[in-house]
Amino acid sequence: MSECNISIIVNGEQHELTVEPRTLLVSALRDELGYTGANVGCETGRCGACTVRENSKTIKSCTRLAVQADGSEIETVEGIADNGDLTTLQEQFQEQHGLQCGYCTPGMLMTADTFLRENDDPTREEIREAIEGNLCRCTGYQNIVDAIEATADQLGGQR
Amino acid sequence: MSDADTNEATESATEPDGDGSGGTFGSAIKRGEDVPLLTGDGEYTDDISLRGMTHLAICRSDHAHARIESIDTSDAAAMDGVIAVYTGEDVVESGVPNTIPTAWDLPGLVQPQYRMLATDKVRYEGTGIAAVIAETPHAAHDALERITVEYEPLEHVTDPVEAVERDVPPVHDEAADNVAFDFELGEVDATDEAFADADRVASVDLRQPRIIPNAMEPRAALADWENATGKLRLWMTSQNPHLHRMLLSAGTLGLPENKIQVIAPEVGGGFGSKIYHYPDEAVTAWCSMQLGRPVKWQATRSESYLTDCHGRDHVTTGEIALDDDGTIRGVRVETHAGLGAQLSQFGTATPSYLYTTVLSGQYTIPAIHCRVIGAFTNTTPVDAYRGAGRAEGIYVIERLVDVGARELGIDPAELRRRNLVPPDEFPYESAAALVYDSGEYERAMDLALDHIDYDELRERQRELRDEDRYIGIGIGNFVESAGLSPSGLAGDLGAQAGGWESSIVRFDSTGSVTVLAGTADQGQGHRTTYAQIAAEELGLSVDDVDVVEGDTDRIPQGMGTYGSRSASVGGGSIARGAREVREKARRIAAHQLETSVDDLEFEDGEFRVTGAPDRSLHIQTIAHEAYLGHDLPEGMDPGLEETNFYDPENFTYPFGTHVAVVEVDPETGEIEIERYIAVDDCGEIINPMIVEGQVHGGIAQGIGAALYEGAVYDDNGHLQTRRMDEYAVPHSTQLPEFKTDNTVTPSPHNPIGVKGVGESATIAATPTMVSAVVDALEPFGVDHLDMPLTPESVWRATEGDQ
Amino acid sequence: MYTNDFEYYRADSVDDALTLLSDHAGAELVAGAHGLLPRMKTGDESPPALVDIGQLRGLDMIEEDDDGTDLSIGALATHAEIADSETVRQRASVLADAAAELGDPQVRNGGTIGGNLAHGDARSDPPAALLALDGSLEVRGLDDKRTIDATDLFEGPFETAVADDEIVTGIRIPTIDDAVSGYRKRRDPLSGYALVGVGVWLRTDGETIEEARVAVTGATTTPARLPAVEDELEGEAITEDTITAASAKAGITVDDGAFVSDVQASAEYREHLLTIDTERALYDVIDISQ
Repeated sequence: MSECNISIIVNGEQHELTVEPRTLLVSALRDELGYTGANVGCETGRCGACTVRENSKTIKSCTRLAVQADGSEIETVEGIADNGDLTTLQEQFQEQHGLQCGYCTPGMLMTADTFLRENDDPTREEIREAIEGNLCRCTGYQNIVDAIEATADQLGGQR
Repeated sequence: MSDADTNEATESATEPDGDGSGGTFGSAIKRGEDVPLLTGDGEYTDDISLRGMTHLAICRSDHAHARIESIDTSDAAAMDGVIAVYTGEDVVESGVPNTIPTAWDLPGLVQPQYRMLATDKVRYEGTGIAAVIAETPHAAHDALERITVEYEPLEHVTDPVEAVERDVPPVHDEAADNVAFDFELGEVDATDEAFADADRVASVDLRQPRIIPNAMEPRAALADWENATGKLRLWMTSQNPHLHRMLLSAGTLGLPENKIQVIAPEVGGGFGSKIYHYPDEAVTAWCSMQLGRPVKWQATRSESYLTDCHGRDHVTTGEIALDDDGTIRGVRVETHAGLGAQLSQFGTATPSYLYTTVLSGQYTIPAIHCRVIGAFTNTTPVDAYRGAGRAEGIYVIERLVDVGARELGIDPAELRRRNLVPPDEFPYESAAALVYDSGEYERAMDLALDHIDYDELRERQRELRDEDRYIGIGIGNFVESAGLSPSGLAGDLGAQAGGWESSIVRFDSTGSVTVLAGTADQGQGHRTTYAQIAAEELGLSVDDVDVVEGDTDRIPQGMGTYGSRSASVGGGSIARGAREVREKARRIAAHQLETSVDDLEFEDGEFRVTGAPDRSLHIQTIAHEAYLGHDLPEGMDPGLEETNFYDPENFTYPFGTHVAVVEVDPETGEIEIERYIAVDDCGEIINPMIVEGQVHGGIAQGIGAALYEGAVYDDNGHLQTRRMDEYAVPHSTQLPEFKTDNTVTPSPHNPIGVKGVGESATIAATPTMVSAVVDALEPFGVDHLDMPLTPESVWRATEGDQ
Repeated sequence: MYTNDFEYYRADSVDDALTLLSDHAGAELVAGAHGLLPRMKTGDESPPALVDIGQLRGLDMIEEDDDGTDLSIGALATHAEIADSETVRQRASVLADAAAELGDPQVRNGGTIGGNLAHGDARSDPPAALLALDGSLEVRGLDDKRTIDATDLFEGPFETAVADDEIVTGIRIPTIDDAVSGYRKRRDPLSGYALVGVGVWLRTDGETIEEARVAVTGATTTPARLPAVEDELEGEAITEDTITAASAKAGITVDDGAFVSDVQASAEYREHLLTIDTERALYDVIDISQ
């Protein structure tokens, strides 16, 4: 069993760690570095609960090896709040009851946050397409769509 | 934001009587529990790590049915990082009781042995046969491949009808014909008579496929056995930690209950699947006891698909007897219910009492008879999944009403209306042995139909058919028995557990309130709704109340969260406890204000002397006094807290009507959901935002079952839908926008008038969707289609190939 | 969730990657790893070594040749980059469509066109686009490089003409000004892959279809062109009748047994849908009113 030394930046903080090649990025984040926000809901890259940003793009961190992310900049749900205050998106998830059990929420937030950077005035249909890679079994999605829509309305193209 | 405008019509006799309200009960208060879940700080079982923690992987059978000839674990045990490998024999030798118990007995029930790890035979793909403990999850999983198991394969059966009717080797020798129970409810003679007298009989043969619950968080357990104290601490994905504590004690491990602490931290959804005591969590705990080290088991999604109890799996013939004027005279049902290879705790209750007793639906049906044959099959055990039993029963009666309407040529809404239990008939005793508490069925149905302008839409449907466009209108009327109580009745029917719920309402000495509740949240928002109940009764703000759940060392007793019981039974207990606290506070206030309790008014948390409002004491001040104990009424003990056990006098009966409008493309069979309306009556509403959320999620799961989901076994008895890209959990673009609405008909016997809402929408949505699609297909002569209604099945139906 | 153990090598050039591949028997290339890693986690594949080319520079470009006749796309261009590329949208919209329809946003961010085409998953979308565009793969071996035409690429389920010791470096697509193209997908509700996907490319003079290429993915065990449909279209006037007649031929050139049958849809239903979706795909790209 070989091991690899890798270096990644997570939420602005540099980390050096040693992993097996087969260590998934999500496992490195959760088990090695303690960023337990990203969750594991499946093994086939379907559920999206493990969604994080790597170099500004959303990826499913269970479909990525930690060694592949060597040298990358990773952002997780723990890093999106402004100095500990909830962002508008997080507030709207609470306001619109866009979460129940919360397991899909970290991934959903990362997808939605990234999407709103690219599209600040989306239609509901566009929002539904944007979160297609994130499964939620509790909410039926409508309140999640409401939350993302309300965030876009509130930010009004500020971003 | 909310479409949930409430139609208040009935004055509640049982409204919360916190006359000193901060106006919290009934408000859409934001969930305090959301904040850690939004920041990644929410702690689920797999997020917890302990020093010295080891990892468990379970070796599972890849045969559906086979005799175990031998298990060789030596190679696995010798691998780097592997600490121990155990087989079922090791568990037997350890002398623990090693029995996964059933929690519901039925007359003549065959209860085969159900061990933590199989020793003789494997009876379904996924049966656990050995446990590997290693230093890392990878090492544990690597070792699984080095375990050599020799099997003698046996013929298997996965279909409940075949299991009983075909000559196959039995799943269990004790049940040679694979029949676990043969259950009947209702009057067979009266039903036969009703059918003989009726003008018409319509019937339907239907299947309700297996549903895999798919809580987003797969099951997990973390066990920490402390040799020095002989105490087991077990974090696990549980809907009912106290029930798990009891079953671990009495069933699998034999430890006294006071040496087991079960903790359910954040739990990522359940929908029934986390009620049960599965072998895996017991094995996790047992391994920790062997090694004296913490052991973690985290199911992979594939393991969840193979081992989480599935739901439904019914094969049914239903008949409905009607008169030409639309009067329903009787209903006769025979069902083969697949139980899987082992009896899970409520696997017997779900297809018997929970199913047959709702077969009257919302209707006055004088004669009902139902027979259910519970069949062992070589499949994953089947137990309650959201809507459990009631979903299957309401599906049957709603399909029967639809085929009856077709048979009589009466509009399906009209046929329903003619047979609804009228409001003045409550409490209504149905021919299926339930006493419905309260209902205004027609009001809810009218409201739902008004949302779509039903009569106009029927007209439009006729016009569109002339253009070869096929829209369908589906109606789903439902009533469910929620709460799974009272204990005495449940006991008479075979339950091996009570139906009560317990809570402690405690004023802390500085005036804050702690509520300890025996239920356990998996996303339902108990921490908010329970705070609303307590705050209402105590005249406080929700911010003054902290709710604690999910830890058997902090909360002495409880039953848990299932069967839509938390708001009604758990909330009922909290309301009663809070009232007792308030009354004790009143006595202290009367004493200190030198007046009688009858001369005190309670408002906004303040006890005021009637007619002398400047003489008052706030309940939080009294709390302080109660703990000081310096100046209490003669003979009163200090402190201000109450432990409450609430055992309801009856189930509650949520009801409502859902309506769906679909358009079917006959060329491709594709279904477009145009409208979805849900009118739910769950009695008093504690928090409309949370109620709406429960309805949304319920609809999603109901539509999922109707259109997309369904477990499939292949010819080898292997689960074919074993991954998330093989089983269709609906995603965002597969679901429509929902419109929700409510009527409010309080439950007359519940302390706060609530009925529960967790399962309602799942129960309603499935028959509603099927009704809509079959309605669209009427011009093609289609009376019924089995779920899931895939585009291909719809296309075949339009081609006359049902 | 747990893969078997394997060696991991990060290549710093194409040559390095080729050497690593030849040094480690059974090694697989990864870039996005979106196709391979899930299959490794469920035990369907278990390569002893992975050679990561995801970090190689210069293989993610999307550019037109100077004379504007060919479009070159690097193997490491992601589906998201292709879907968002104005150049691809204008010159080869069937490929932009297919990339935009693939998977979900996260998969499009990570998955690469080279990996997708080399993988040969017959349920995936880009194969139909490459076939309809009559593109080709540029492939490097240790000692040589070669071009594989789209029509020669797909050999069977998860089987392509790219050898184990070769690397796809890019794809090349001939483009002309008076062509239209598009991709229509019917999603499998279970997997999100194509239950049926049809790519069409037409060269017209506004009235007559001069050249046609139609290709299928998802419905068949191997992505393939539909020559009978193409023959029926070529030289014909752009009319509803032409489209109807051509679509009716969709199933004809597909071999018996080549339609996929699974839990979600039978071969018969897929064949039925292929005709409908061919017709709908043609209507998508042609404005019949003109």
